[in-house]
Amino acid sequence: MRRTITIDPITRLEGHGKIDIFLDEKGEVENAYLQVPELRGFERFCEGRPVEELPRITPKICGVCPGAHHMASAKAVDAVFHVKPPSAAKKLRELYYTAHYVHSHSAHFYALAAPDFVVGPQADPKERNILGVISRVGVEVGKEVIKHRAYAQQIQATLAGQATHPVCGLPGGVSKGLTEEERREIEEKAKSCVEFAKFSLKVFDDIVLKNKAYLDLILGEVYRMTSYYMGLVDANNRVNFYDGDIRVIAPEGNQVARFKPADYLDYIGEHVEPWTYLKFPYLKSIGWKGLVDGKDSGVYRVAPLARLNVADGMATPLAQEAYEQMFSTLGGKPVHATLANHWARVIELIYAAERLLELSQDPEITSDLIRTLPTEVPSEGVGVVEAPRGTLFHHYRTDEKGLVRRLNLIVATGNNKAALCLSIKRAAQGLIKGGQVSEGLLNMVEMAFRAYDPCLGCATHSLPGQMPLRVNIYDESGNLIQEVRRD
Amino acid sequence: MNRLKLALYWAASCGGCEIAVLDLDEKVLDVAEVAEIVFWPVALDFKYRDVEAMADGSIDGCLFNGAIRNSEQEHIARLLRAKSKTLVAFGSCACFGGIPGLANVANRQEVFDRVYLSAPSTTNQEGRLPQPVSQVPEGELTLPEFYDAVFSLHQVVPVEYYLPGCPPPTNLIWQALEAIVSGQLPPPGSVIASDKTLCDECKRERSEEKSVKEFKRLWEVIPDPTKCFLEQGLICHGPATRGGCGAKCIEANMPCRGCFGPAPEAADQGGKLLGTIASLIDSQDPKEIARIVDQIPDRLGTFYRFVLPTSLLRRARL
Repeated sequence: MRRTITIDPITRLEGHGKIDIFLDEKGEVENAYLQVPELRGFERFCEGRPVEELPRITPKICGVCPGAHHMASAKAVDAVFHVKPPSAAKKLRELYYTAHYVHSHSAHFYALAAPDFVVGPQADPKERNILGVISRVGVEVGKEVIKHRAYAQQIQATLAGQATHPVCGLPGGVSKGLTEEERREIEEKAKSCVEFAKFSLKVFDDIVLKNKAYLDLILGEVYRMTSYYMGLVDANNRVNFYDGDIRVIAPEGNQVARFKPADYLDYIGEHVEPWTYLKFPYLKSIGWKGLVDGKDSGVYRVAPLARLNVADGMATPLAQEAYEQMFSTLGGKPVHATLANHWARVIELIYAAERLLELSQDPEITSDLIRTLPTEVPSEGVGVVEAPRGTLFHHYRTDEKGLVRRLNLIVATGNNKAALCLSIKRAAQGLIKGGQVSEGLLNMVEMAFRAYDPCLGCATHSLPGQMPLRVNIYDESGNLIQEVRRD
Repeated sequence: MNRLKLALYWAASCGGCEIAVLDLDEKVLDVAEVAEIVFWPVALDFKYRDVEAMADGSIDGCLFNGAIRNSEQEHIARLLRAKSKTLVAFGSCACFGGIPGLANVANRQEVFDRVYLSAPSTTNQEGRLPQPVSQVPEGELTLPEFYDAVFSLHQVVPVEYYLPGCPPPTNLIWQALEAIVSGQLPPPGSVIASDKTLCDECKRERSEEKSVKEFKRLWEVIPDPTKCFLEQGLICHGPATRGGCGAKCIEANMPCRGCFGPAPEAADQGGKLLGTIASLIDSQDPKEIARIVDQIPDRLGTFYRFVLPTSLLRRARL
């Protein structure tokens, strides 16, 4: 008997996500679909707006990573006005942005990822949450997490008015500089964040890497996917969140493209399917071959593991050390193990904290020279940053008065849409056999997409609990024949 | 003692309101101590069916963020209304439509056309559009229906309180939670924010004279951080906007964009702002005043930035 398993609602995507798993007569997984029933239409309603307002409008796309949209938008309006921000302004933006990463990555690692490892992938779902984590690692650790996420939010608010939603980005720079007193405060918080990031790596090491079962899980077939990878790199091919060229590598690790953000349309296309509101970006040079992985498919991946895969290293010492250890443990580059995203995320947390400290000690960071006023006629521009969840593209075209004519966005989680679908399908096929479904197995299906931290991951788990989950299994006539609940 | 029952939900929103709740930091743990959170899809393991099974009115307080953009959001809004004693429109989208409400300058067809057909990176010769029901080889998949327009929460169901902000500031969130926990509720219909305008809490110097000879764009000038934005010829929503936000944008040397919604007594935020702006212009000649106001581009999207669905205009006629 053919059956459909529907996981609805899942809620770690913006708005709402839904998974449908189709089983054949023998109870084997035929296919799985991740649907995104969310659309707000920014592409349309940003038209007609003064382009300099977009850094304040587009962050409302996502309240979890508003900093990423704010930065991509600020860079896009620089390009629209053909203006280069002064060096101090660029550093202030990056300072803000590294603080944003500390907030996002630490929240995700502890609140969202940790329950599956600290408590266990098939543990009692009542325990498999942040409270379960705290009861195992101690309430003091929980308070450290809250404290450092709060530090990161406070630093963003100092620089940008609010952490959610920032307002400081303008064509040619930022609206507000940093006083020496504010700088000192940020420096102290940054020092503490570096220690916290080091501690986080130790937590990952102790709990995940020292447990052979978890290492086997990370390296196993169920969570493996071969694909192209994309990410920003600096001039020395090291990971950069704020600026650089976009590099793409093949599943074998060789570079297949390295291009300027403004040329993205030559490299990326977006496929549309009628069953989801989210489009499917793919590499134009390979083409859209459907929901398949491997070298012959244009599907590529972004986010922490992709960034580390495409780069030759990290720009700060502690992060570089951790980077080398990860690739030597996992058998060299590139790593195709989707769950290694969790490890890569902690390494990026270290980089973000180290870079935060570096920038807070930069003598230029308190400079008053924070804006270059545009003098040229506005036209068109692209702004790209690495959002915590992957490469983020903002592309604006205006009339000669700087009013928006057209706007195109490829958001971080969007890049991973095909990969998310494929990873869920692979996990479902590997875990569900003969129609046997348990809550624990379904959690392990969810772990396949949780690794990517699809948007709102960081919001999800600072209170006790985890994703609501109800799986109904229907027969062909639509009669409910089995229900699996997570209670 | 029965613990208080709270629910939190999001509709057409960005998740920033959820982060604002997390920004209570350690106080979040205090909330979890005094109240039982019976529904919060982003954080807790309860389902729509669990809510459906609750008795009507059994949730003491529900903080609902996000605008209403599709059929599923409307369904959940109605469900939570029935189950909640106190329903709070939480954040600017639920209160006024918010930034997603700007989509009321267009309809569903125009939004779909831009996103799925004419976006420069989209390759869609077949002209595929998302469908409420679609067939795949293995069976059928469904999506909620995307509405033609955006609505605020109170345009769909009755609401007791409004907590504005994009996102709401933590001190006001705490104030609202304390009111619900203590039972010391303000009169229904209250807005949990200041009774004054943002100008009343802004520290910038004002001359109170008709001083504006022209309006400028933000990209053209570096504003004096001590002086009123409007008197520098820069659009600021302060006079037409309710206070209570702490003027955080203004502290960052950026003008207000009105996320707290209309000032008390102002029926229409955009209309009120237009009136104030006209009164600041250094001229007695109606023609010249009109010419200077015309310098302001995109008056619809600027003056009604956060409130289009609940303004007198509501939506563009298409």
